[in-house]
Amino acid sequence: MAQAKGIRSESGKVRRVIVVGGGLAGLMTVIKLCEAGVPVDLFSLVPVKRSHSVCAQGGINASVNTKGEGDSPRVHLEETVYGGDFLANQPPVKGMADAAPGIVYMLDRMGVPFNRTAEGLLDFRRFGGTLFHRTAFAGATTGQQLLYALDEQVRRFETVDVEDEKGIVVKGEKMVRKFEFWDFVSIVQDDTGRCVGIVAQDLKTMDVTSFPADAVCLATGGPGIVFGRSTNSVINTGTAASAVYQQGACYGNGEFIQVHPTAIPGADKLRLISESARGEGGRVWVPKDPKERRVGRDVPEGDRDYFLEAKYPGYGNLVPRDIASRELFLKCFHEKKGVYNDKTNKNELEVYLDLTHIQKDVLKHKLAGILEIYEKFVGEDPYENPMRVFPAVHYSMGGLWVDFERSADGSLVAGSPRNQSTNIEGLYAAGEVDYQYHGANRLGANSLLSCIYAGMVTGPSMATYRKNMKTSGYDSPKSTFDKAEKRERAKYTDLLKLDGKENPYGLHKELGDAMLLDCTIERHNDKLDKVIAKIDELEDRAKKVNVLDTSEHANRGAQFVRHLNNMLVLARVIAQGARNRDESRGAHFKPAFKDRNDKEFLRSTLALYKGGEKGRSEVTYVRELDYNLAGRSVHVTDSVDISLVTPRARKYEQAGAASAAATGALDGKESKKSAAATPSA
Amino acid sequence: MSDKKIRLKILRQDSPTKEKRWEEFDVEWHPRMNVISALMEVQRNPVTVDGTKVAPVVWESSCLEEVCGACTMIVNGRVRQSCTALIDQISPNGEPITLAPMTKFPLVRDLIVDRSRMFHDLTKVKAWITLDGSHELGPGPRQAPENQEEAYPLSRCMTCGCCLEACPQVNDHSNFIGPAAINQVRLFNLHPSGSMHATERLEAVMGEGGVADCGKAQNCVEVCPKEIPLVDSIAQVSRATTKHMLFGWLLK
Ligand SMILES: Cc1cc2nc3c(=O)[nH]c(=O)nc-3n(C[C@H](O)[C@H](O)[C@H](O)COP(=O)(O)OP(=O)(O)OC[C@H]3O[C@@H](n4cnc5c(N)ncnc54)[C@H](O)[C@@H]3O)c2cc1C
Repeated sequence: MAQAKGIRSESGKVRRVIVVGGGLAGLMTVIKLCEAGVPVDLFSLVPVKRSHSVCAQGGINASVNTKGEGDSPRVHLEETVYGGDFLANQPPVKGMADAAPGIVYMLDRMGVPFNRTAEGLLDFRRFGGTLFHRTAFAGATTGQQLLYALDEQVRRFETVDVEDEKGIVVKGEKMVRKFEFWDFVSIVQDDTGRCVGIVAQDLKTMDVTSFPADAVCLATGGPGIVFGRSTNSVINTGTAASAVYQQGACYGNGEFIQVHPTAIPGADKLRLISESARGEGGRVWVPKDPKERRVGRDVPEGDRDYFLEAKYPGYGNLVPRDIASRELFLKCFHEKKGVYNDKTNKNELEVYLDLTHIQKDVLKHKLAGILEIYEKFVGEDPYENPMRVFPAVHYSMGGLWVDFERSADGSLVAGSPRNQSTNIEGLYAAGEVDYQYHGANRLGANSLLSCIYAGMVTGPSMATYRKNMKTSGYDSPKSTFDKAEKRERAKYTDLLKLDGKENPYGLHKELGDAMLLDCTIERHNDKLDKVIAKIDELEDRAKKVNVLDTSEHANRGAQFVRHLNNMLVLARVIAQGARNRDESRGAHFKPAFKDRNDKEFLRSTLALYKGGEKGRSEVTYVRELDYNLAGRSVHVTDSVDISLVTPRARKYEQAGAASAAATGALDGKESKKSAAATPSA
Repeated sequence: MSDKKIRLKILRQDSPTKEKRWEEFDVEWHPRMNVISALMEVQRNPVTVDGTKVAPVVWESSCLEEVCGACTMIVNGRVRQSCTALIDQISPNGEPITLAPMTKFPLVRDLIVDRSRMFHDLTKVKAWITLDGSHELGPGPRQAPENQEEAYPLSRCMTCGCCLEACPQVNDHSNFIGPAAINQVRLFNLHPSGSMHATERLEAVMGEGGVADCGKAQNCVEVCPKEIPLVDSIAQVSRATTKHMLFGWLLK
């Protein structure tokens, strides 16, 4: 068959691609696609301006080195890889670190109100796992400001006409069409397994419809809600990733879940107090006397235990999150030295995060957004009182497995259709939903960056794929779409008939409680076995739920049951992956296997779905896989590309451990050339 | 927990064409409870005070920390985000809590309304910087810290709809665009690159439904959860449009 050419399919339709998700990753993908002349249909559960990226507080990393500390993309690469305990493939990380300054400048040009220095330059602050001022920020609502900037650019593309190959306007067709309040249900695959569209559900009319596409990108964010309560938005159920995993997409490193050390406990959500609080000088402590009755601000300096600073003099309060969370857990859970509560007569699972020694106007200028959250939800003034915080599930390093093509200089081949491709031809993934950039632990302020960078890579990658494809997704047989639509409609109708005794929201709470208790900071194999048994039980009980709502209009009950089922499947990937990995690496910590074991486990976890017995889900873990892309077969394995920074033991006691070049940051002087000071393979 | 109960009185409607009705629910009190966690309790046990099993109430929400704008509704007669509506503050002595959907937007179901007009208005006022492209072109224009300090509060608008809900000029008989979009005109006209297209934005809020339709009731600032100086924004944009009307042709 001839190569698919031009803007229209054989049937005369404008050939679009689909992006599911309008957080930073999805929106950036859309922008790159539009710039490449590829029209897009953009789907989102919520208006994209309300996507979860809006929550990000602290900032975005880029080694712009405006403070004369000797920072560079090379150091950024080294510290990211070291922070991730060497589990990340290094070429994508290098690509990201190299692109970061350009990304921040682009955001600046888009009008993001980044904080400024006296000279009118962008200001940068410190974040975890580094000694450099590398984090650009807009107050303490950076994610919101970044999301708005990209949202505005995409809104502009909603007004831009589609042009054909000769530059003639295609009447009535705009570059971006938005479908907001739509729930992605599944991809549509043709006979060869290639992804040629999606099935989605309109959350007002509840219509289940299929949409053709030349390619599809999932940018659907993380799965924090699998843990019940987390710092995530309530829409982050991971349902889309789970759905395509069940259709054959490989899920990578699922067991790597980041627990953030400092959040406010709450009944509906655990609200984050960003690492930027510590980046600006915030200090973590508990009273030395476990029965200390005085309120935090009245406890004199000498009676405080600044335990992070004491144990990690090099990085202090800014050790990476996995380490900080474990230390907090140790203090509160094992040593029972959390803040004492007079009323309950208990040491609460809480430590102090203290900003009261910093000038108020500085705090207002740089951190108002998060302090406002503390004030509103706790009802205490954080300018005057040390805040009380505890760790909470925050971010998933794992996600859909995606490929990359390494360039000669150790980075990514620009525009390669392999970049960000899942193992299903025509299906791409970008953002927190992919597993690519953070290894076993993500450094703070690297996620906004990886989301935008992944979008910058995915757009061109999909454009190349589309250009080279033989037949457009639009020219797949109609029966392919009808079949998919019919299948998903039938499933939905079945959901509406569920009239059992179990309450789906109750089951979700049970799942969250089990995962939270035994599958987060500390993992023990016997307890993980129990979690897995609990997932078995919940999968069985989920078949006996009551849908609670049979309305044909804006039904949330049936939608939630679908998400619940998908969450249970992902929970198993996470728990089973944790059970299998008998070592400690980054966020995955097993007291019985305290050391990192590179010999056996310096490899990605690759999970494939299998329907199991009694209708339960099952996971198959594989060491290698082959997938089709544009007429050829690509072979990949679980080995990690460590071609740029050689693995070594990961310790943060000493300053500069993450990158030898970092000593420059310490004395504020120009550092020696970083590459020379670093071992590289 | 405790046996303290919270009573929720919720204005429900299955769809725009169905009847409105009030339903009441009792839920168990928890420390640090907010309206959302109370509604979540209703989901786990959707039974009214008179023992009737009903479909759980539906509402819109996402971030739960008052930064996405999704969960806006009328709580005890006042428009606000329900995530920051803490039970102990809005019902200190166990008074019943009323929840109702916003009234200035088409109803979808229960507490969900359709705010798409607000997003269309952002298109109308061209609330964006006209970028040459996302490729590397170096940093943006240098800006004094004071510029950032003026722009940042304006750019925290969540498109939540509180200001439109509270504005008497926003009603069935008027096309008033409302404070949120006008504030965006100010924001983008402040920016060194954005100001290059200032007149297009000003022209979008001149004429019918534009900035001149503001009745100066000042309700908008009262209800804005992010304390955006909306009245200032309206005044500034209003002055700029007047100037443009009087002298704009001279500059052409
Ligand atoms: C409180 C908090 C603070 C943070 N602070 C920082 C920070 O300071 N710096 C940093 O680098 N990172 C930070 N992070 C992490 C970062 O915010 C996220 O990892 C990142 O925003 C994820 O972006 P995304 O584009 O991948 O997905 P999201 O922003 O989560 O967007 C997902 C999109 O997918 C859509 N979607 C999901 N499922 C479906 C479906 N089934 N159908 C249709 N659409 C769907 C959603 O509607 C949404 O549009 C923070 C995270 C949290 C929770």
